[in-house]
Amino acid sequence: MDEIRDVVLEYVIDEYVEEDEMEVTYDTPLISSGLVDSFSMVSLKAFLEKRYGISIPDADATPEAFDTVNSIVGIVEKHTD
Amino acid sequence: MAYSDTRRRMFAESIDAIKEKGLYKEKRFIWSPQDAEIEVEYPEGAPHEKVLNFCANNYLGLSSHPDVIKAAHDGLEERGYGMSSVRFICGTQDIHRELQDKVSVFLGMEDTLLFPSCMDANAGVFEAVLEPEDVIIADRLIHASLVDGIRLCSAEYDTFKHMDMKHLRKKLELHQDKRHRLIVTDGVFSMDGDLCPLDEMCDLAEEYDAMVLVDESHASGFIGKTGRGTHEHFGLMDRIDLITTTFGKALGGASGGCVSGRKELVELCRQKARPYLFSNSLSPMIVAATIRVIDILSKTTERRDKLEENTKYFREEITKAGLSVREGVTPIVPVMLYNAKLANDMSRDMYAEGIYVIGFFFPVVPAGAARIRVQLSAAHEKEHIDKCVAAFKKVGEKYGILGLDKKGIVEKYGM
Repeated sequence: MDEIRDVVLEYVIDEYVEEDEMEVTYDTPLISSGLVDSFSMVSLKAFLEKRYGISIPDADATPEAFDTVNSIVGIVEKHTD
Repeated sequence: MAYSDTRRRMFAESIDAIKEKGLYKEKRFIWSPQDAEIEVEYPEGAPHEKVLNFCANNYLGLSSHPDVIKAAHDGLEERGYGMSSVRFICGTQDIHRELQDKVSVFLGMEDTLLFPSCMDANAGVFEAVLEPEDVIIADRLIHASLVDGIRLCSAEYDTFKHMDMKHLRKKLELHQDKRHRLIVTDGVFSMDGDLCPLDEMCDLAEEYDAMVLVDESHASGFIGKTGRGTHEHFGLMDRIDLITTTFGKALGGASGGCVSGRKELVELCRQKARPYLFSNSLSPMIVAATIRVIDILSKTTERRDKLEENTKYFREEITKAGLSVREGVTPIVPVMLYNAKLANDMSRDMYAEGIYVIGFFFPVVPAGAARIRVQLSAAHEKEHIDKCVAAFKKVGEKYGILGLDKKGIVEKYGM
């Protein structure tokens, strides 16, 4: 789980955070804070699916489920079981 | 009763939730033609106020121009009020073709197709042109109508950080396995007024074999030496594959929009774009008036030159007055306040000073980036701009933000 968490956090920082923006941690709200919008979320979903060889159904790819690194890890784990 | 009290209450609660989030849009009524000076009823039922308008998309001041009004009258007299048909059945007059041809020449593109609005053009173009084996790579701050159009399309999509060409390159590399790559951007972004680095984008498109679509709604008519748009500004007249734009802003301000570009792509829109196929043809009077607008802009750059002067003057004066603005060259000038309540309060006080401007905050702009957006027009005179700057100075002084940068304002008011 720790490894997934670090991979996701690294991707989120690289993909979404501008240089002068705030520090992002495992529990930083991403979508509800406006850091990531739902339109841009698609690249994160595609990354997770490719990296972990999973398919995340749209019903699970909700803004709530993608709101923090920790909750994203939960989705990955659910679909890798 | 199907529309029961319970159902009514549920919808009313949804409206209340919008209000609680501070996102409720108040009604505002204008009792005069659109112009630099307008008569406004706000809030609803309040006495009318004459105010200076600094929030319209009337960039060239053509919305109530006598020549444009006369052309609309002539169109109404000569071709009637409405077409009562979609374009491809019996809704295309000679003047629809004439406008398409004139827009193609004006924008320097191969062909053009009219839509009821640019929202419709953006809703239809992607699905008409692309298939599931293709990819759309879009700037993250593109207009909402492009987002909707992309979501309606069967092609895959991805995004890149706002105007970040390094990130775009990474995404182009990632999607080299796709059949077609289409980069999507606004020419001028409506909330920040920043110009897309279209020259670098076209170089990347060439390097990675991608097409480029630019929404020129906040550029057509005034960006570039002769007002052709962002592609003219960067000297790229032959390197853009698709332009979508509106007639509802600088180009007369009524309604209507178009897709202009490579002839095969425009033809695919003519055959497949659903908003084109299933909505009514543009009214003849709008078509006639827009033809006149294009003729005016093709003969003289007087209006875009005046807009450029007004923009330069306002940007200089507002900066001298101590307000914090996003740097740039376009007539969209965001006065940055960062805090949503501050933006809201200041816009209300500006109205009391006779200046009509609106505060924007999350989710319309990113959280912590609240601002008052000022839009200049060729209809503004120097004294209008002076009055606007003086009002900003007075209101800014009241809130103690003059001379403060982002850090200073955030320390005082939070984000």
